[in-house]
Amino acid sequence: MGVRSLVAILALTIALIAVLGSQPQWAVFMPGLLEGTRITVMVALLGSALAVVAGLAAGLARLYAPTPIRWVASTYVEVFRGTSALVQLFWLFFVLPQFGLSLEPFTVAVLGLGLNVGAYGSEVVRGAIQAVPRGQWEASTALNITRPQMLRRIILPQAFVAMVPPWGNLFIELLKSTALVSLITLGDLAFRAQQMNQTTMRTIPIFTLVLLIYLAISLVITIGMRSLEGRLGKGLARGRGAR
Amino acid sequence: METETLWDWSYVAEILPILAGAAVVTIEATLIGFALAAVIGLVLAILRFAVPALSWPVAALVEFIRSTPLLIQIFFLFFVFPEFGIVLDAFTAGVLALGLHYGAYCSEVYRAGLEAVPRGQWEAAIALNLGQTTTFRDIILPQALPPIVPALGNYLVALFKETPLLSAIAVLELMQTAKILGSETFRYNEPITLVGLFFLAMSLVSAAAIRLVERYLKRRVAR
Amino acid sequence: MTMPMVRFDKVTKRYGPLTVLDQLDLDVARGEKVAIIGPSGSGKTTVLRMIMTLERIDDGVIYVEGEPLTHMTRNGRLVPADARHIRQVRAKIGMVFQHFNLFPHMTALANCTEAPMTVLRLKRKEAEERAGDLLAMVGLADKRGHYPSQLSGGQQQRVAIARALAMRPKVMLFDEVTSALDPELVGEVLNVIRKLGAEHDLTMLMVTHQMGFAKEFADRVCFFYQGRIAEQGSPSELFGAPKNDRTRQFLRAVLEAG
Repeated sequence: MGVRSLVAILALTIALIAVLGSQPQWAVFMPGLLEGTRITVMVALLGSALAVVAGLAAGLARLYAPTPIRWVASTYVEVFRGTSALVQLFWLFFVLPQFGLSLEPFTVAVLGLGLNVGAYGSEVVRGAIQAVPRGQWEASTALNITRPQMLRRIILPQAFVAMVPPWGNLFIELLKSTALVSLITLGDLAFRAQQMNQTTMRTIPIFTLVLLIYLAISLVITIGMRSLEGRLGKGLARGRGAR
Repeated sequence: METETLWDWSYVAEILPILAGAAVVTIEATLIGFALAAVIGLVLAILRFAVPALSWPVAALVEFIRSTPLLIQIFFLFFVFPEFGIVLDAFTAGVLALGLHYGAYCSEVYRAGLEAVPRGQWEAAIALNLGQTTTFRDIILPQALPPIVPALGNYLVALFKETPLLSAIAVLELMQTAKILGSETFRYNEPITLVGLFFLAMSLVSAAAIRLVERYLKRRVAR
Repeated sequence: MTMPMVRFDKVTKRYGPLTVLDQLDLDVARGEKVAIIGPSGSGKTTVLRMIMTLERIDDGVIYVEGEPLTHMTRNGRLVPADARHIRQVRAKIGMVFQHFNLFPHMTALANCTEAPMTVLRLKRKEAEERAGDLLAMVGLADKRGHYPSQLSGGQQQRVAIARALAMRPKVMLFDEVTSALDPELVGEVLNVIRKLGAEHDLTMLMVTHQMGFAKEFADRVCFFYQGRIAEQGSPSELFGAPKNDRTRQFLRAVLEAG
């Protein structure tokens, strides 16, 4: 689906939110939901930033670092992929204090989600680097380019372009996972929704608006990543000519 | 002030039976949820394939479900049904939400698996005048299955790891039980860590199992 | 006797139980143009890849301009070379690949300036001047700003040749450089190679299936079979009056297919 169609659907979604949100019966929920949206977006942005850093570090470490560091990276990846985000959030929120480290719910949220998605991200990084055709390595060797320069100028730039779509999917997963932070008392969109639902029992208006808001943010992420892919891939046509 | 030990083995022994009981609930939710997901996914995929008019609405529904959080969908189903007079218990609502959410993912798996079979296979079947059913059963499906089964397996594992979300509507699965134990004794370390280790162990085991299945299927088709 | 440009001294290469090169002895003189032909699996591509250090040696030594490539002398003994030594000797060698292997995220010009700037530490202006001249020589001056995906196979291969030449190698290796091209594009690449041979004092080794070109261009043709040179000689000798049965068999099969 082209970027233009996605933008159209985004516009429609936002319009729908605006129309429904101005209905007299529904408008009362909007301020609270928008405040919750702010928290959700903050957690998503910071969590994504951490995920990229962690994913790059772990992915590169698993490929090129000396054995002890590689082992640490692999353990990190297996543990965070093998347990779910909620378990990790609860562990950070309930268990860390027993070791003397009490973190703010917001910090727990960013840390937990960032490390969780970062673990999946490291696999994306690894896969993308390994997918760069062998011929690129060989041509660089033939030109006597050193290993670090090869990685920096030839291999990684190509790997980055290949990484963008899977990272886009991971960012959307992270966005969806932000709903979990409502369960560690952080006042995000899901928290506000549950709260309002408990007091007013007006499930349909509340959750319809909430689902539309998540959909809108999701679309923004997808559109952003597609545009990034387009700009980075300049010259690297899909289904390239040279092999 | 009593000295707090970080890990109390006698406490572990105490809570292990309780957690084991909760594990049964977790596994039940996983299996029923996934059975639902596999069926719903198949229905959605067939609808998309067989009824062209439904192609776009079904695609939109699938995208909508995949783009919004499972937690919200769980809340939605749990709280919306009573408005229509149907009261679902938490377990049913939770399993239904899991089935619907992962059904959307499964429908994509079926679709991708079928589309991966080269057009030429369909055309060769037509040229040989094989009927629709024979084509599907003997030619297409055996070639579509090898990528489908491991992908479904991965979603089974993913679904399993998301069962803790059911704790949000108080289903007595592992996470909820661990939280209750923790709040009763103020010792969260053992229950939550044990739950984490359980999921980790199951995750590693099932990942290995899926790889075995993948290899077995690849060999069968290669012959 | 003048020192050979490239010397293989009892070089052996194995892939597990398979011996791909079997105690190969080969001398290539400075400025000589050698064509290497043979059936697949005969080891001919491996010869090039080993000079380019893309494959490790199992036995024997390769010398480039008298210096060991894969080994170095330490205290008068030959020991396996370290990375620095390899890079130093490797600088004399350039290679053009069957599948071009151009850097897809760089323009034709950038492809040709990348290594000179990062390895030879040329200033940008100098590197671009050199690259521009080379691209003009291969007939692609107007395509310097194009990306590989915007070029035909023949054009890409010509850029690849310019890119290799930008490092001013003394030995150029051509690994089946026209095999991946559509037939009508083969000629433009062969023309560039012909030009290179005429105007430069380059030592050239090429693995090729283009028998007509080898006949006209090469000083010497080596026929490889099962990891050894079964027969070698001037083109007229080898193509005109092959002494070896296998050579005859191979040439017949190739001519039938062509």
